Amino acid sequence: MGRMIKVGMAELDICLPPDAITTLGLGSCVGVVLYDPIKKISGMVHVMLPDSTKIKNNDNIAKFADTGIEELLRRVIAKGATRRALVAKIAGGAQMFAFKSDSDMLRVGERNVEAVKAKLAVLQIPVIAQDTGKNAGRTIEFYPENGELLVKSVGKAPYKI
Amino acid sequence: MSDTMYNSMNDLQFDVLREIGNIGSGHAATALAKLLNQKIDIKVPKAELCDFSKLADIVGGAENLVVGILLTLSDDVEGMMMFIMEKNAAYHLLRKMMWCEIDDEQPLDEIQLSALQEIGNIITGAYLSSLSDLTRLTISSSVPYIAIDMAGAILSVPAIEFGKVGDKALMIQAEFGRDDADDIKGFFLLIPTMESYSAIMSSLGL
Repeated sequence: MGRMIKVGMAELDICLPPDAITTLGLGSCVGVVLYDPIKKISGMVHVMLPDSTKIKNNDNIAKFADTGIEELLRRVIAKGATRRALVAKIAGGAQMFAFKSDSDMLRVGERNVEAVKAKLAVLQIPVIAQDTGKNAGRTIEFYPENGELLVKSVGKAPYKI
Repeated sequence: MSDTMYNSMNDLQFDVLREIGNIGSGHAATALAKLLNQKIDIKVPKAELCDFSKLADIVGGAENLVVGILLTLSDDVEGMMMFIMEKNAAYHLLRKMMWCEIDDEQPLDEIQLSALQEIGNIITGAYLSSLSDLTRLTISSSVPYIAIDMAGAILSVPAIEFGKVGDKALMIQAEFGRDDADDIKGFFLLIPTMESYSAIMSSLGL
């Protein structure tokens, strides 16, 4: 059994077997895994906000869907992943509070998921599995050895996607 | 105000926010004491600036189960206010308040959830009214919204709001309780928008 690499909020990292990579307590943020199933090279980013161009203070590139995914892509390729072999698995983007109003500020989970999918579409990386939306937090663990993404929520049995 | 507002906050500004926290906690403790019909002591609140990646650690780790009560703010101060307590503390509080038996694993019914929302409302309301008194700004808050989940997930909501302006969050930690009984530990987060933050500081003459 390898190590479990932790990715915090607005962080990203690379993971190779036998290690696994995790991010704990995803709420409205989105966890994005890029994975080369042949070479078993993977990386994960914990995205907080949809768009770096809308924010003045955007030095932390792992914080945003657009720049975070680009940087993750650069890193997995630098590690030796084949660009065309890459697939994505995504989870998160929950709406944690049942707001009655539909103000933009409060729909950030949904907007994060849309932004992540849009970015992946532009980069032509297919999303092969996802568990997004709903109203529960998630802890995710990705195992590059077999490509499984384990999703854990409170009060539910963990499941693989 | 620059866009790195919290990063450039000076000691005096910090002390002011902490002092507001102090006064607010005092009001909140009084309200809680009336509600529970028992004496409640408060400890001097801690105000801390922390990286949002560390926020969850303060409340026991990203996967720790917590109750989060969130209100959105409008009028002169816009943003969010959040009150967080550990799930066990919340259950403990409910047992005292409602004289009911709740098992720690049992999900809460509507009345219990609404009681917790009200507690959050009282505590955040106490803070907001002291803030409003001191700054002479009008602050309106929404109804309280509640969620019980992993700390990381709940905190992602205010962290995202903070994330728009910087990489740090202002957290005020308040501890209520009596020395001889289990403490009720709670944390609150004030998340003004950048404009509102400037409004607060300038109305305090800082």
